Amino acid sequence: MTLGMINAHPVVHAKKERVARSEDLHSDDALDALDVFDSVRDIKDPEHPYSLEQLSVLSEESIAVDEKLGRIKITFTPTVKHCSMATVIGLCLRVKLIQSFPPHFKVDINVSPGSLADEEAVNKLLNDKERVCAALENPSLRQLVDECLYSNELYSL
Amino acid sequence: MEKPNSWIAHVEAFVDSARATNQQAASVDAIAVLVHKDLLTLEGLVIEMEQYLTTSDHVIRARGILLLAEVLSHLLEKPLDSRTVSSLVEFFTSKLEDWQALHGALIGCLALLKRTKKFGMVESNDAKSLAESFLRNVQVQSLAVRDRKLCFEVIQRLLDVYPQAVVELGDDLVYGICEAIDEEKDPRCLMLTFSLVGTLGRLFPDPSGPLGNFSSDVFDILSRYFPIYFTHPKGDGLDITRDDLSKALMDAFSSSPLFEPFVIPLLLEKLSSSLPSAKLDSLKYLNSCVPHYGADKVVKHSQVIWSNLKDVIFNLSPHRSSLSTYGSDGDMDSEVNQIANEALNCLQTAISHLNFPDQDSFLCLIIDDEDIGTRFWSVTSMKNYSGASTEIQCQLSALGSILSIASKVSVYCCTNVFQKFFSCLMDILGVSGKHASKLCVTDHNTCSDGLNFGALYLSMELLTSCRELTLSSKEFAPEVISEPRSWFYVLKNISRELCDALGSILETPESAEHVYCAVKGLQVLATFPEIYSPVSEATYEDILVMLMSIITRRNKETYLWELSLKALVQIGLWIENAHDSAKAISYNKLVIQRIVSMLQPNDSTISLSLKLVAISEISSIDLYLLTIVQAFEEAIVSNLRACFEGNLKSSGVLVPLLQCYSNQVLPRCHTCGNFNDIAVQVAVSIWNQIEYVAVFRSAILMKDVLDQVMMTMKHLVAGCTEENQFLILQKACSSLPKTFLIAESLPCALSQLEGFQCIQDTTLMSCRDEWVFSLFGSVVIALRPQTPLVNVKILLNLFVVLLLKGNMPAAQALASMVNKWPADVNKSEVSYSLDQAIEEILKSCLWTSESSSNFIDRDSCFQKYVVLGLAWIGKGLLMRGHEKLKEIAMLLLKCLVAGKNVDITPFQQHENGSKDVGQDASSPLATFAADAFHVLLSDSEDCLNKKFHATIRPLYKQRFFSSMLPILLSSIKESDPSSKKVVLYRAFGHVISDTPLAAVVGEAKKIVPTLADALAMLSLDILNKDMIYSLLLVVSGILMDDNGKAIVLENVHTIISLLIKLISYPHLMIVRETAIQCLVAISVLPYARIYPYRPQVFRAVSTALDDRKRVVRQEAVRCRQAWASIA
Repeated sequence: MTLGMINAHPVVHAKKERVARSEDLHSDDALDALDVFDSVRDIKDPEHPYSLEQLSVLSEESIAVDEKLGRIKITFTPTVKHCSMATVIGLCLRVKLIQSFPPHFKVDINVSPGSLADEEAVNKLLNDKERVCAALENPSLRQLVDECLYSNELYSL
Repeated sequence: MEKPNSWIAHVEAFVDSARATNQQAASVDAIAVLVHKDLLTLEGLVIEMEQYLTTSDHVIRARGILLLAEVLSHLLEKPLDSRTVSSLVEFFTSKLEDWQALHGALIGCLALLKRTKKFGMVESNDAKSLAESFLRNVQVQSLAVRDRKLCFEVIQRLLDVYPQAVVELGDDLVYGICEAIDEEKDPRCLMLTFSLVGTLGRLFPDPSGPLGNFSSDVFDILSRYFPIYFTHPKGDGLDITRDDLSKALMDAFSSSPLFEPFVIPLLLEKLSSSLPSAKLDSLKYLNSCVPHYGADKVVKHSQVIWSNLKDVIFNLSPHRSSLSTYGSDGDMDSEVNQIANEALNCLQTAISHLNFPDQDSFLCLIIDDEDIGTRFWSVTSMKNYSGASTEIQCQLSALGSILSIASKVSVYCCTNVFQKFFSCLMDILGVSGKHASKLCVTDHNTCSDGLNFGALYLSMELLTSCRELTLSSKEFAPEVISEPRSWFYVLKNISRELCDALGSILETPESAEHVYCAVKGLQVLATFPEIYSPVSEATYEDILVMLMSIITRRNKETYLWELSLKALVQIGLWIENAHDSAKAISYNKLVIQRIVSMLQPNDSTISLSLKLVAISEISSIDLYLLTIVQAFEEAIVSNLRACFEGNLKSSGVLVPLLQCYSNQVLPRCHTCGNFNDIAVQVAVSIWNQIEYVAVFRSAILMKDVLDQVMMTMKHLVAGCTEENQFLILQKACSSLPKTFLIAESLPCALSQLEGFQCIQDTTLMSCRDEWVFSLFGSVVIALRPQTPLVNVKILLNLFVVLLLKGNMPAAQALASMVNKWPADVNKSEVSYSLDQAIEEILKSCLWTSESSSNFIDRDSCFQKYVVLGLAWIGKGLLMRGHEKLKEIAMLLLKCLVAGKNVDITPFQQHENGSKDVGQDASSPLATFAADAFHVLLSDSEDCLNKKFHATIRPLYKQRFFSSMLPILLSSIKESDPSSKKVVLYRAFGHVISDTPLAAVVGEAKKIVPTLADALAMLSLDILNKDMIYSLLLVVSGILMDDNGKAIVLENVHTIISLLIKLISYPHLMIVRETAIQCLVAISVLPYARIYPYRPQVFRAVSTALDDRKRVVRQEAVRCRQAWASIA
């Protein structure tokens, strides 16, 4: 199905500068929102050679971490209301987080309220363990996710 | 004379085109040698070759001619008579018609033209006919590259050597050259054609001459290449860059004023190109053409040139985010900056060449430009740099550059710029000189609130360029000084007020930029050459006082403080360079004396660290170095005395003082030449202090102070020459306690020592003795090998006794002595050889030399001292490559495995039982011995290094490593799996981690299994964490090596499980991080071997995802990804 791009001309934002973390030799480094953001900011958009950060799908503020309770909550904003790629983006986020953070964290991934037409359905889909597993067993979907996660052909402004 | 048949074979070989190239070259060489040795005349050769040179078979004819030409190019330095040369030239000239043999003919012509007068050269009428024939017969552009190149070389040679002859050819020549160079594309040939045009320009300066007629054609041919577009890759073997070509074309353009009507419009047109390289080239060419064409030609373009330059400068002026980086732009190389700089260069050239003392001068264009005027007003209305828009900031910087360039060119220009702008600036700044400006618009509101930064900046730029002007022009006409209109007069009149104004800016600075400009302004005012100084003596002193008061009072304002210090240093350096004695006196009085007085104990102006910063900066002025050194000496001595008398505050002062002295000030003394005197004096006065104080008041040792004094002493001694070292050594010897020396010199000293050693109490040595002996040790450590030692035997004994009492400097001094021991005993005063000395030392250390078993019974503290001492001595021997090292190494090994053979005494068992509950049941002796290997192989700051003149054999570590490795490995193998193994692994670990990695990787095959075992075993004890890290680094080094990878693969199971264990190593974060990195490196090994470990690695890494440290977590993600992607 070649219906063309869902959002052919996205607005591309500048990347935020990476914050160099100060090395504190004696205390523990708690997991925080910036850690999570750093690990997901460079995921490539399924449609464009830009990162999720550049397309403003994600920001540090849209991530909440509670280390004590072991929860990570990410809210992302698709670029257009009828974006069918939202599920793929959500899937990428979930895979990336599973790989990068200890298994005892509970990860909630939601689209930001009002940003998507079928918001509720997508949220439900993304947080359903069974369906995520099933999706990842689909080879073509899996390939798409891997492409987004490990792509190194991001354009910079 | 050689028989023809002997060399004719060579001719045949060359002419036969089927032969190999190197064979043909050999034939040419052979014939050339024959001719050179006069075994064959050229006539003879030509006569014999006649049929080859004239045959109608063009292939053979071409080869024959080529042979003759090649032979001639070998004979450039063979004297030939004029008849021969003449007939050869005639021959080759005629052969230029023969297009099939042209290559040989060109080589022949070139060879003949290259001949010099000394060996017989071509006559000028022959050259002329050659040139005629060439122009008539050769169609250059239809030839191949190598022939075209030859053609251009022939023409170039003709133009260079026979200018008179070829000039007569006139139009034909110029036209011929035009035809030849038209449409040339090869870079090698282009370099030649550009230079040909340049030569033409010089040969035909006459506007109505041949070049005048063809100048538009020549330009037409050349202009196509501008700007040079050159895309050859770097490694094309031509060795020509774009810059070379561009430079050559520039020389061609600027070679003759005849090109002016065409070149200047072209350059100005390309200047407005959007291509940066075209812009840059245009500016460079313009800069080169203007002086070459001469003022009268270019002056008609001045208006256009100025407006173009103005555009470039104002639009491309580099924007500086802060003025503090002024002068050291990080991106100097960026294209924009290059263009802006080139534009300014060009402006300078234009101003200095188009300079007439009337209204038409280029300068007038600038200063009367209304645009400049409006910009001037707009930037001088700027209050604050950082608050202004980027555009205004750029304008300010551009205008500053223009004005400063303009005033730098000449006195006349400077005066004009001053009249137009400087007085206005002063008015804006509120500085009212006696000469109020008439040009200045009066209704421009001078600022009442806040200072005008734009004006401040511009005046600072103007001041700087005035100073540069006085530096560049050696002497001024006297009227510059007296003439009331001149810049000098204006500046002189206003300097006092200006200084005060700058001072008041510094009193209450508004921003960092204000501070920068004001300090810079003061500095410039104070550094004018003596006769042209616009400031009076009193004002000069005021400037110094102002800056000094900032140093002493305003240490809180870091930026201001540092700038002022820098300015003071610059002023001082200027005095030194200019030999300005009057200023030197006031500088000394106001700055140096004040700074030096800060070292006195009762001075409490600023913190000690700042004082030291100030002093060490100022000490970079050689002129005052001596004063400062003396002040240091006094301060050190008085503080040292106070220390000895129990003043704890002084000890706090002394450490940084000595640090600054030995790290900053002393190295500078080396450059100014009188290091020896200074060093001896300071060293002696330190010893005097110690002598003077019989008993230390303070009971505590003041270890940090002692360490620092020792280090300083070492630096002092190390820098001296042998004679001066000897002086210090004598002084030190005389300060040693007399009883000690006498006792040691007795023959029965050793027997007495026994009793002495039994008392292990270090309190036996008083605090003062500790100082004396440690300092004495430091002196010996830093001696040069050639410095003679007296009473070597006594010294050795003394150091051995001290060593046994645990005095570390004594051990190091002993090591230094051993290391620098003269190789040839007969030549030196030392009475016995190194071997004897070492026997002696070992004997006294180990009690009895026959068996060391006695020694093992001693208590652990004593053992520690002995083993450490032996390690140092061993290091001294190792570095010079002495074979006695073996003995010491064996002793250490024996200590390592001692417990195996010798029963552990009840005493030790008791001690071990009480101390160590866990696995580490090894005797302390063995641990000391293991650590001794670290001493042996690591580099030390304290002694035995290059600074302290150690004898260092190259690759000594590698040598030790390869000789020790088999022994260590076999003893590890033999030792039963008991506690002994731990210490052996420890020793092994030290050896591996202290040896250069390359040597270790080479032996990877042998060490990898043991290394893995060692890591596994050592990781059980938290005390070994640093060693674990360095061993892991060795592992990762091996993993980086191709050969090493194969060996790791053989042991992959052990290594992976070891690394997995280390991922959760709790004691050191970098160990965990490195272990994960090693796992990443392993993931590239062959898939089939590592795949089975994948689940294991995943499990380990996923626990690392929850690590306490962020770096480890990130590394774990990377590792997980690396292993996930192998499937």
